[in-house]
Amino acid sequence: MEIFDLTIHELHEKLQAKELSSVEATRAMLARIEAVDDKVNAYITVTPEQALAEAEAADKRIAAGDIATLTGIPVGLKDIFITKGIRTTCGSKILSNFIPPYDGTAVARLKERGAVIVGKLNQDEFAMGSSNESSYFGPVKNPWNLECTPGGSSGGSAAAIAARTATATLGTDTGGSIRQPASHCSCVGLKPTYGRVSRYGVIAYASSLDQVGPLTRDVTDAAIMLGAVAGYDQMDSTSVNTPVPDYVAGLGAGVKGLKIGLPSQYFIEGLDPDVKRAMDEAIALYKSLGAEIREVSLPHTEYAVATYYIIATAEASSNLARYDGVRFGHRTEDARGLAQMYAKSRAEGFGSEVKRRIMLGTYALSSGYYDAYYLKAQKVRTLIQQDFLNAFQEVDVLLTPIAPTPPFKIGEKLADPLQMYLSDIFTIPVNLAGTCGLSIPAGFSAAGLPIGLQLIGKPFDEQTILSTAYSFERETQWHQKTAPL
Amino acid sequence: MKITRAEVEHVAKLARLDLSDPELDTLTVQMDSILTYVEKLNALDTDGIVPTSHAVPMENAFRPDERKDSIGVEAALANAPQRAESFFRVPKVIE
Repeated sequence: MEIFDLTIHELHEKLQAKELSSVEATRAMLARIEAVDDKVNAYITVTPEQALAEAEAADKRIAAGDIATLTGIPVGLKDIFITKGIRTTCGSKILSNFIPPYDGTAVARLKERGAVIVGKLNQDEFAMGSSNESSYFGPVKNPWNLECTPGGSSGGSAAAIAARTATATLGTDTGGSIRQPASHCSCVGLKPTYGRVSRYGVIAYASSLDQVGPLTRDVTDAAIMLGAVAGYDQMDSTSVNTPVPDYVAGLGAGVKGLKIGLPSQYFIEGLDPDVKRAMDEAIALYKSLGAEIREVSLPHTEYAVATYYIIATAEASSNLARYDGVRFGHRTEDARGLAQMYAKSRAEGFGSEVKRRIMLGTYALSSGYYDAYYLKAQKVRTLIQQDFLNAFQEVDVLLTPIAPTPPFKIGEKLADPLQMYLSDIFTIPVNLAGTCGLSIPAGFSAAGLPIGLQLIGKPFDEQTILSTAYSFERETQWHQKTAPL
Repeated sequence: MKITRAEVEHVAKLARLDLSDPELDTLTVQMDSILTYVEKLNALDTDGIVPTSHAVPMENAFRPDERKDSIGVEAALANAPQRAESFFRVPKVIE
């Protein structure tokens, strides 16, 4: 097994036993990026000098006996995370030269623990997309099949795990942007409860939905990463001040007597037969492990996509007003007067998906339409959240597919934005409800493409979905398969 | 039609986006299709439902009003497309 194949916990053991140094591990990862990233395009920016300096610092810490689980581990960050002195583009032309003056909280917490940042990962522009095709820096290819998308918007973060070009990564999830690419690339991806991880220093898309989370090789690594970044932060007034449990210590809880709910609205006709089969196998496995399976109802599921594309675009149109060519970012060279400078800088700097969402959001918030669209969507959001609270009166976790189909081909859904939006039907409701969900590898289609399983938990009960996923992982080998790169 | 090309042009002005004619044409078709789709929300009776603007029930988050260091003028201006002394430079505001 190569160094770049190791999980965080495996690499940590080797670093602790001094079988390996962080500099060696980091060099191996940088060489791996050099060898395969041309094919995958997971990275926008690779940072070898900083990474090796951080690795040397980590080795000093380890030599002094000061080692945390993440000390010396090579990690990658979605390019939505502000990084001091390292270009941060958010996948957009408008930020293609932006060098932030500070680190966001999640990044600072990784660095405090001695993690080594190897680079910034490709993504859909401003996290708007389900396929990574909206990046200004070109599409990411799925390491399992280079003709397919890796999903989005954290496609680079997922593809880097599958391509073995980072030991672990951070992504963000607004409507499925961690879980869906994790599913399409056969890795573990966790979207924590809204408020669990600080959003300070994360470039905003839809502020009431955005949440930071890890993408990893296995469930233990996801628990390690969540434990590192979770917790209250004074710099994010929406972060919630509840204690962060030791997620790793709680992984072995098992599923005996656990009540797992199957929302009938997620097991509909039109679900790809390979996806259906993978779900049936997972359900059978959980039954055999002593879990109690119950059907539940989330009656407002069919309204989630419409609700999301009003709320998210409205918030985006407001958040993205800051890109005006004044203080940072692209400024047009061709403008007379201030108003024209704003409009031309934005038109030149944003790609078509971002423009489309700004336009939809501006329309939904505009005079005369606010009540019909935005207020209506906020009310339906209440009904969707209530569905989940009702279901969690009856069961402990929900089990669903992540996506209706395995990964689709690059270009396949570009012509019809609505079809692209509808592919997020099983992940969006979790963001609207504000609760937590994860994706875990659950099989492959007949064509050899990954299929993910979603476990949805009660608000702030990441521990139960992690331990439920861990029980599944111990009985299956899907997470050990490697992409044919 | 849920939205006309003239309305799309108006929204582009509100959004401060200088869009080309082909972009406006495409957006008129796409926004119409998406707005038609979201009409389905009208099938739901939401009278008396309290709107959710935030997933976690929360009061105002207060902190002590204490002096802290800021990033400083040079760091704040480092990404400025154009600067003059300690200011962001912009085109003339009033013609």
